[in-house]
This record gives sequence, structure tokens and C-alpha cells, in this order.
Amino acid sequence: MSIIYLLIGCSIFLALCFLGAFFWAQSSGQNEDLYTPSVRILLDEESDPDPKENVT
Amino acid sequence: MKESAVEGQTLCYHCGNECIEDTIVADEKSFCCQGCKSVYEVLSANDLCSYYNYNAHPGANRANVESRFEYLDEPTIVADLVDYKDEKITMVTFYVPAIHCSSCIWLLEQLNRINPAIYYSRIDFLKKQLIVRFNNTESSLRQVVELLYNIGYEPLISLHDVIKKQAGNNSDHLVKKIAVAGFCFGNVMLLSFPEYFGLSGLQTTFSHFFGFLNVLFALPVVFYSGREYFVSAWNNLRNKVLNIDFPLALGIAVLFIRTITEVFTRTGAGFADTLCGLVFFLLIGKFVQKKTYHHLSFERDYRSFFPVAVQVIEEETEKPLPLAQLKTGQRIVIRHNEIIPADAILLNGDALIDFSFVTGEAEPVNKTLGEIIYAGGRQTGQAIEMEVIKPVSQSYLTQLWNNEAFTRKQDNRIQTFSQQVSKYFTIALLAIAFSALLYWLPVDYKKGLAAFTAVLIVACPCALALSTPFTMSAALSIFDRNFFYLKNTTVVEQLARIDTIVLDKTGTITTGDSKSISFEGNLSNQEKQLIYSACLNSGHPLSRMIYTSLAGQQRLATTQYQEIPGQGIVAEVAGRRLRIGNAKLVFGHNDNVPHLTRVHVLIDDGYIGYFAFSHQYRSGLEKIAWLVPAYKLFLLSGDQDHERYELVKFFKKDSSMRFNQSPQQKLDFISSLQNSGKKVMMIGDGLNDAGALKQSDLGIALTDNVNNFSPGSDAILDGKSLCKLPQFLRFSKDAVRVIHMSFLISLTYNVIGLSYAVSGRLSPLIAAILMPLSTATIISFTSIATHVAAKRRRL
Repeated sequence: MSIIYLLIGCSIFLALCFLGAFFWAQSSGQNEDLYTPSVRILLDEESDPDPKENVT
Repeated sequence: MKESAVEGQTLCYHCGNECIEDTIVADEKSFCCQGCKSVYEVLSANDLCSYYNYNAHPGANRANVESRFEYLDEPTIVADLVDYKDEKITMVTFYVPAIHCSSCIWLLEQLNRINPAIYYSRIDFLKKQLIVRFNNTESSLRQVVELLYNIGYEPLISLHDVIKKQAGNNSDHLVKKIAVAGFCFGNVMLLSFPEYFGLSGLQTTFSHFFGFLNVLFALPVVFYSGREYFVSAWNNLRNKVLNIDFPLALGIAVLFIRTITEVFTRTGAGFADTLCGLVFFLLIGKFVQKKTYHHLSFERDYRSFFPVAVQVIEEETEKPLPLAQLKTGQRIVIRHNEIIPADAILLNGDALIDFSFVTGEAEPVNKTLGEIIYAGGRQTGQAIEMEVIKPVSQSYLTQLWNNEAFTRKQDNRIQTFSQQVSKYFTIALLAIAFSALLYWLPVDYKKGLAAFTAVLIVACPCALALSTPFTMSAALSIFDRNFFYLKNTTVVEQLARIDTIVLDKTGTITTGDSKSISFEGNLSNQEKQLIYSACLNSGHPLSRMIYTSLAGQQRLATTQYQEIPGQGIVAEVAGRRLRIGNAKLVFGHNDNVPHLTRVHVLIDDGYIGYFAFSHQYRSGLEKIAWLVPAYKLFLLSGDQDHERYELVKFFKKDSSMRFNQSPQQKLDFISSLQNSGKKVMMIGDGLNDAGALKQSDLGIALTDNVNNFSPGSDAILDGKSLCKLPQFLRFSKDAVRVIHMSFLISLTYNVIGLSYAVSGRLSPLIAAILMPLSTATIISFTSIATHVAAKRRRL
């Protein structure tokens, strides 16, 4: 049963990694603007050689 | 989407407005004004026309907009505006009110295709902010702003408040604290399960191991996540106030100490799970309470409305000067659409001043040479020269901000329910805890201590602390759905206590174009064309209303045109003679109809009929008038009393209407009402109401476009929701009732818990069940009850 010490150690280490990842995301500003990226992803990359054709 | 035009209407390809006066055609597309067309030309020259593919008519209207940006060359001004600058790179954040759709995002993030010096441009859509990073050796701030202006996205440049300088830092910490508390809560729960299900005798070593781990997890929860409760409780104690943070801090401390002693003396499992859960839920409540509207500002004053700089004439040359350095005696030049920043005497030019931001009055006012013009007006027409007679902060309007109402720091005008209750709650809690201790002490001191700590643990007012934030945030989202934006959650409780309502007139109960128009008589299609074409020549507000109401007609050639001031128009259109004007012009004598405006029409000596204009008040004003016995209703107007006769049916008594009020008098009137014990709500819209809004117990700024400038206030109300005001008032009372009920529920839980606690029998399991159960009950009860109440009030 002493394998439990190892398992719990592993699980806590893993959980700490996720907590650290969250802290990193938070301080790097990834959660500051939660709306604009959802619109941005729908806009096409500019590949149209003659956009004027598109306009009509 | 207004994709397809109504028959006979042409919609501008750029902004989607109806083309009323003239239709300008370019590339087979019609535009309502030169401004819109020039934006289109800039975009098409840069192959950026995909802009128009994402949304129909994505642009903002560009008619009558003309701005000058010389002041952006002044290094002192630039230094105040930019976020970061070195030899090569400048970073700047703009607030761009015109941002409204995905096309805006697309275009503004493609800026480097128009100006290659721009490395990077990013939009934050909800805050309507644009972050630009550009090479400052190749381009200047002024060029970047002019580029934005040219494509129809003029940034609002002001030195005050417009860009929110990382105010989010505070909530950022809160999120981190919640993350830590949630992380520890989850792990502690996992480690506590074996204890709840009962470990067999062989594995007691595990139970100690788990206990130590639990203590380890509890450490960051108490000292990082829960720290602010100790700080706040300590600060309040020093100020001799008992607020809700005191019993909370006490509960957290007792839980922690008892957990440590139980684990280290190996007498029990401790309460680490309850502790972590408590802090986690409390912080969530705090987070919910901190809902903010990113795109709204409740703190604006005249500085965010006034320009950053003004053109000053010195030694025959014009140069831009930052507003703060403007002194009396200096000569300034105000061009079309610029705002007069300080009280000044008109020296030169035709002044036609639009005071709509100040008073809400839509019609521009003519001023003569030598007259004093108060700050806040916007010049329309040609440039004027003025001499400053008062510094910016001492002007007629801006001196309002020197009033003590604006220097009041903390906004604690009304004590909230939980503040009132928590004082008595804390005293009762301490009384019970100490009597339990005294009762057991002679018998069994261990049991006495156990009972004492158990009382403090179980009665920890977690549910009480959560009932207000959850109810109020649910109420806030309901108000939000109805276009009523509150500054924070305490405003709901203030709203429930109001007993006096004061309304501003112009702009608040009347709209920008406050008159409605109707034609008495019959108009044939041709007659409509004739009248439309004749009126297009005139800039008079009544003519403008007539041709707007006839929009979409074909314009006929006008061969003769004469405007007789104070009377009307005499014109010849397509060979027909028209007289459009008042009775004196058309019949040769005055008609005697008081309080009504009529414009008569005569075509070829044949009388056709007249346009009748009547004052139009916002719909729902009569509903507000019905509030009268329960609420006192007053009208404060900066205008003359022309409409006294029409308004008396809403306000009943003559004495409840006050006309000719200066901004200072408005403020004084509010405070005189407050001195007689009234809780006053002020609803206003212009800068002249700013003092009254600030002085009142609840100031509501009314606006037709929430992105426009609105003076500092507790809440912003969209004009079309003014009719819902009675419902809002009733609903706020419902919300307070929900808080009262949830307080009773949480008290019931406390009583159940206390019955275990005083006998010293509180097991960690019971505490671990009671705490989340009461929390879940409160959260679900408050949000369900609030939504039910909203439904009943049809909100």
C-alpha cells in the first residue's frame, strides 16, 4: 500500500503543474480579452488576389 | 440587418444611413456624404474592400466631421498619451468609440497594409480599444491618428479616464486567489474522503499523512487567498466597525487553528476541507460582485469631454497648447465642431454654438461679438476667435467639479443590508460562543473549548456573505438585459430606498429632436417633391425636420429661393411658386394658436395645409407620472418655462417644476431635498446635471447611445428604457426582499449547526456537509428567486 505515497505525490505534482500553467496564462494576459479572438478566428486570412471582384 | 432598402430609399454603402440630401455615387455605389465616400476611396485604394463583405454597411457615418490633429506633434502631449516609447518603437492605446462589428476588427488589424510603419494593431472589442505599435522614425503619432480618422475610426483622445489604465489588476489577483483556493479545496476533499468513509485500523498511518497534507494545503488558502479577510477585519476593528468580514476572519482563523491542533495532537482529522471550501466560495461571491462593464465609464467628468489641446494665437501665429496650460487673456481659435474649453469672449467670427452636451438642447445658439460664451459649447460653422476670461477649471460649468460633492471620497451614502445585519450577527455569535464556553468550563474544559470553536466555525456567516452578491449580480444582469447599467451591486439597494425622483427636462424627458411632425391636409406626390426640394435649401431646424420627414423624394431644380428670417421660405421650384412658413408669411397676419408650431404651405396661391409640430416627450413619461403618490416627482430644467403648460399634466403641481436652473442651483435643490430627509434619485443627461447627479443618493445618466459621453453617475440608462423605470424600482425592492429571505434561510442552517456545536459534538463530516449545502441553497435560491421576480415585473 505504500505505493499510495508515490501516487499522491505524482498527482499533486501534476495538479501543481496545471495551477502553474493557469498562473502563467493569467499573468501573460491571455484571459484579458475573452471576446475578440472568437470573432477574429472567423475572419479570413487575406488570400484574395483581386478583392474588388468580391465586393459586388 | 438593413440590407435591403425600403422602396424609394437609398442606403449609404458605407454607413447604411439613408441618403437624404444628396446621393454621391462612386464605383456604382451610393454614399450619403463626402465623408463616407472618402473612407471608401481610402479602403479601395488599399485593396481593403473585404471590409464590406463581412457586414453590410459597417462604417460609421462621417457627415460633418472635421478634426484637426496638429496638437499631436507637441512632444509634451504625446508623452502623456503613449504607453511606451523608445528610439524606435511607440506603443499607444486608443479608445475608438466607432468599433462595433467584425468588419471593424478586420480592418483595424490590417492597418499595416495602409501604413507599413505600423507593426502591430490589436483590438479589444469589448473595451473598444485599439493597441498600436509603430515605428516612430517612419511615422508619427499624428500620422497614425490621421490614418484612423481617414478610415472612419477617429479615436477619442482625452487625458482623463478614457483608456482604462490596467484597472483589471485587482481582479487579476482575485482570480489567482480563487484558483489557489479551488486547487487546494479539490485536493483536500480528495484526501478527506478516506476519513469520511472510515479507514480500517491498519491504515492509520495514512490518516496522519493525509492530515499533514491537508494542513499543507490549508496554508496557502489562509495566508494567500484568505488574507484580505484578516486585513479588512483588522482595519474595521480599528475604526470600531463590526462588519461581516470580522466573523468570517474569525471563522477562518478558528478553523485553521483547530485543524492544526487536531492533526498535530492526533486527536482528529481537522476541518481543512470546510476551511478551503469556505474561502473558495467566499471568493467566488466576491468575484461575482465585481461585474464591470468594460465599455462603459461611470466616472467621466468634463476632462474626458474636453479636448486635449487648443489652438492659441501668439504673436500672429497659431500653435497648439495643452489645455492645462491655458491662461486667462490668451486668444484661442475654435474651428467647426471644436469644443470651447473655457469661458471666453467672442472676438471674431460667426458663433453658432451647439450646447447639446451641456444642456441637451439640440438647436444651436447664435452669439454676437463681445458676448461671453460658456465652456462646453461646440462651435458649428466657421472658425471663431475668442479671448479666455477664466481658466478651464474655474469656468461657469467646470467649477461645479470644485463642489464638495465631487471631493467626497468613499461612496458610502447608504448602509447596505448586510452591513447593518452583520453588526448584530457578530455580537450574537460571540455571545453564544462565550456562553457555550462558560457552560462547559466547570465540567470539562476540553469540551468547552471544542464547543466554543465549533460555534465560531458553524455560525461563520458564509451564506449570509454570499446572499447579497449573488442576488445583486443576478439583478444586475436583469437590469443589463433591459439597457440599465448599474455601476456596482450596491446601487440596487440604493434604488430600492429611493422615495424622490428628480428629472431633468431637455434630453432626459425630451429627445434630441423633441418635436413630432404631422401634415394636416392632403399632399400629392408632386407636392411632396416640391416641398422637399424647397426645404432642402434651408438650414433652419423646422425645414430640416420637414425634408427629413419627406426623405426619398426626387429633388427638383430650384430656380428662385429666398429665406425670410423668422417667417419662412419663398421659392420657385420646377416652375411652381411655393410659400412655406408661418401665418404671417402665408396669410399676411399672425394666427393665434398658442403653444403650437405650425408651418403653412402655399403652392401657386393655393393653400395646401400645414405641418403641425408638437412637443414629443419620451414614451413612458406618463407611467413615471403614475408613481406620484408613492414617490415625489420633480422637474429641474435649465430652460425657459415654454413648456410649463404641457408638462403640468405629468408633474401635477406647478411647484414641482423648476425652470431656469443653473447647474449649481440643480445641485443645491437636490441637497435641500436630502436635508429634508428624502432619498433622492436624479435622472439627467448633460454636463449641467453632473453636480446634481453626484449629489443625489442615486444619479442616473440617461443617454440614447451608451457609447456616447455621459457624465459621472451611479448608473447609465438607455433612453428607450426610461418607460421601464417604475418596473425597475419595484424590482429593486423585490431583490432586497430576496436578500432578506436568503438571510432567514442561512440563519436556519446556522441554528441547525449551532445545536450540534453548543453540545460540543460537531464532527468534521457535519461541518463539511452543512457548509457547502447552505452555500448551494443560497446560490440557487437567490438566482431563481431573482429571476422569478424579474419575470413577474416583466423585465
